[in-house]
Amino acid sequence: MLLRLVVRLIGAGVTLAGTALLTFILIHAVPGDVARVIAGSKASPEVLQAIHTRLHLDEPVWRRLGWHLSDLAHGDLGRSYVTEQSVAEAILIRLPATAALAGLAVTFWMLIAIPLGALTARHPGGWVDRSVLVLSTLSLSLPAFWLARMCQYWFSYKLGWFPVAGFRGFGHLLLPAATLALLFVGYYARLIHTHMAEVLNSHYVRAARAKGASEGMTLFRHGLRNAMIPVVTVLGMDVAGLLGGVMFVENVFALPGIGTLAVQSVFNLDVPVIMGTVMFSAVIVVGANLVVDLLYGWMDPRIRSA
Amino acid sequence: MPNPGPEADSPCPPRQRFGGLFQNPLVAIGGTLLGLLLLVALAAPLLVSSGILQNPIQQFPDGLDPDGMPLRAGGRFLLGTDNLGRDVLSRVILGTRVSLTVGVAAMLTATLIGVAVGVLAGFRGGRTDLLLMRFTDMNMTLPAILLAVAFAGVMDGTPHHLHPASLPWHWLDLRLSRGMLSLCIIIGLVCWPGMVRVIRAEVLTVKEREFVMASRALGASDLHLVFRHILPNILPTTLVVAVMLTANTILLEAGLGYLGIGVPPPAPTWGSMVNDGQPYFITAPHMVIAPGVAIVVTVLAFNLLGQGLQEVLNPKSRK
Repeated sequence: MLLRLVVRLIGAGVTLAGTALLTFILIHAVPGDVARVIAGSKASPEVLQAIHTRLHLDEPVWRRLGWHLSDLAHGDLGRSYVTEQSVAEAILIRLPATAALAGLAVTFWMLIAIPLGALTARHPGGWVDRSVLVLSTLSLSLPAFWLARMCQYWFSYKLGWFPVAGFRGFGHLLLPAATLALLFVGYYARLIHTHMAEVLNSHYVRAARAKGASEGMTLFRHGLRNAMIPVVTVLGMDVAGLLGGVMFVENVFALPGIGTLAVQSVFNLDVPVIMGTVMFSAVIVVGANLVVDLLYGWMDPRIRSA
Repeated sequence: MPNPGPEADSPCPPRQRFGGLFQNPLVAIGGTLLGLLLLVALAAPLLVSSGILQNPIQQFPDGLDPDGMPLRAGGRFLLGTDNLGRDVLSRVILGTRVSLTVGVAAMLTATLIGVAVGVLAGFRGGRTDLLLMRFTDMNMTLPAILLAVAFAGVMDGTPHHLHPASLPWHWLDLRLSRGMLSLCIIIGLVCWPGMVRVIRAEVLTVKEREFVMASRALGASDLHLVFRHILPNILPTTLVVAVMLTANTILLEAGLGYLGIGVPPPAPTWGSMVNDGQPYFITAPHMVIAPGVAIVVTVLAFNLLGQGLQEVLNPKSRK
């Protein structure tokens, strides 16, 4: 178990280092003129030069990479070109809103997807199964930015059930989280269906039925517990995709989260902030995968010994 | 099974598997939708030049009401007009071309990379496998949309020096400008990692099949094995994944257009149309609804087709 942990930790470290290198090459090696972005199009050459000197923009790329990596190792993500705020601070301030939104969304869609997946696997081929299949395909096909606008228009503006935008408490998170859940619930309902169907065909489920266990007991105790293992893996990998959705949804509902920060930084060409959010999401994804790996041992005793 | 012949480990030969595809309702619906969309995309320029559709980039003086606001649906402009007095219907229809072209081209780029990496990793195994899969994981940790945004920022038409700036090697300069081509490359470059795992897993099972072993024992070269045996046998899986990937590339294209870094204006793209419509949402919701519905229908067509193909070509998942 300890060896497994060490190996995983080293792997995660390698992945993160690679990601840092990749983002640097992507964004830093080839910037538009950042000084012009900061100072505006009418800035004098002296001002531009001053900014270049201050941000070390004239240094060779490899030297900037060295500084960048050592800063990252110290947890320093640099400063925003536009607001001068420390990027790590900017992200941390916005983390609670984003974390609450994402957590609520995952809870919503799992609460819907688990019963749907289990039921459709129990009665495959029926009309419930077919309609859930079509509906979940529809949910896969919705663009996040559009769905968020539509939900906002109908449920907040027309019906007045939810606050339209902004963030002043839990109520402001409900509709954005429901929007995100709508985007993901279809995929997870199908995923759970697939694994559940596999498990329900296994010998131990047949054995459980043969010994007279109740149907609910079989489905949830034997079926679901085993079917959820691969689902949790996918959930860990999906954090990156979730952040993509969060970005659009936060933007539409004007939530002060990391997604809004990312969109703003894109519009401002605020390189340190873009890179910071990318790095942050990489850390979250790698961390989530690590947690999932360790959860395995707890969820599935068969893996513990390996 | 009455006759477990030599082909017993393949449920049925490929030719039979591709026949009767349309008996699956999902394939039928998705395929029909897609066929209609293709038809619309191909016919769109003809419709415009023959005057049936308005010019998608012309700003009509009578396309705005006296207050300068977009017109509602109905009348001369069937789906209303946008904030510049342009015909929404013809922009939605012309947008099909951009969406399908970018979506399919990006899918081909991603598939090429994904299959190459997946086959190499699965077939070679060992250290190559480890290295390639680590690289894939690294790419998976980055949200595709953020990565695409980062790429798109690079492509602003300024020359990039691939050499120290002090050296006068301008033939090494790289100038990338934003447009359809670079958009296809960007989306292709961020979408391939999702494909690798599936392809690799498929290669790993095909590699161990008897006919591949036999061919190898007879002294076949690696190239022969890959092109004659591995690739044809992972074709059904690749097809399913590629069709579903197209749904994602189209969504990503729309997302980038929405963020204002897609195909530059005045080209009609669905994502940028939604973005244009947002400030007018309360008075002219059709500006946002119409292009959004177009995106959903197109993506849905690809997803249904992919789902159906999976049921037909991958009998294991058919339950």
